[in-house]
Amino acid sequence: MVVIKKENCKSCGYCIRACKQGALSVSSEINGKGYAVVEVDQDKCIGCGICYTVCPDYVITIKNEEVQPA
Amino acid sequence: MAAVKEREIPRSIYAANSFCPGCGHGLVLRLIAEVIDEMDIDRDTIGVLAVGCSCLTNRTLAIDLLQSPHGRASAAAAAIKRCRPEKLVLTYQGDGDAASIGIAETIYTAQRKEKITQIIVNNGVYGMTGGQMSPTTLVGQKTTTSVKGRDPEVSGMPLNLMEVLKSFEPAYMARGSIHDAPHIMKAKSYIKKAFAAQMAGEGYSCVEILSPCPTNWHMTPEESMRRIGEEVIQYYPLGEFAKGGDQ
Repeated sequence: MVVIKKENCKSCGYCIRACKQGALSVSSEINGKGYAVVEVDQDKCIGCGICYTVCPDYVITIKNEEVQPA
Repeated sequence: MAAVKEREIPRSIYAANSFCPGCGHGLVLRLIAEVIDEMDIDRDTIGVLAVGCSCLTNRTLAIDLLQSPHGRASAAAAAIKRCRPEKLVLTYQGDGDAASIGIAETIYTAQRKEKITQIIVNNGVYGMTGGQMSPTTLVGQKTTTSVKGRDPEVSGMPLNLMEVLKSFEPAYMARGSIHDAPHIMKAKSYIKKAFAAQMAGEGYSCVEILSPCPTNWHMTPEESMRRIGEEVIQYYPLGEFAKGGDQ
């Protein structure tokens, strides 16, 4: 599952463009740097890892375990 | 759901980077860190930085790092490699650093076949100083010092560093890009081969990576990646230019 490190995100949108499943989007949450962070729809995510590959800011990691929705 | 391949931030990345949103440096650093982790050489790697956005690396990459005067990274790296031949020595430079101010050092490091690896991040502008024209700025590209676009009559043609260095028969030389996921993975394989060539004592290796600078290109991050894929790789073809001393 995609785990997002919100404080690293700079809202560049590379992951959103790369995701073929449309699982990522910009949320209304603003992090400490002043950027709107990305959020993930875990139901759409297939764990392909392309978001990790294109992210320049070390925001995204892919874990195997299920992440409980907050 | 079936098990997925887990992906962690490499352990050689120890802090968030401080580049602009959409900057390619963060990606290239992650690729270098992944390769260093995979080869398990994080305690045997010495990086040399010079000046420019690339020197912000010292806040992110968890290897021994040294900063040299502007453009002189390859000269300093060559000295370190001669003193500590068992270490992997790399330089991490931008195009303004390696292809302009440090072009003499870059050329003579290749000419002497120093057993170092140069990683050159080519974004076609001087990023840190505010987006001035660099030797690799494309014809017609607007910068703060070419406000009507680069004019070849005045500034000449963009410098193709790989073509210049190819004649020195390097052990490994390649140009990659990071404008989409397949090219990112390919760029990583180039970095890995360059490090392997150095570890095998084959000689000089160099990887140039085409990277976006959304801030100074005055584009959104997505537009800048598209520009690389549509425009920049037309002038700077990708691929391996030298492998194992052959061309």
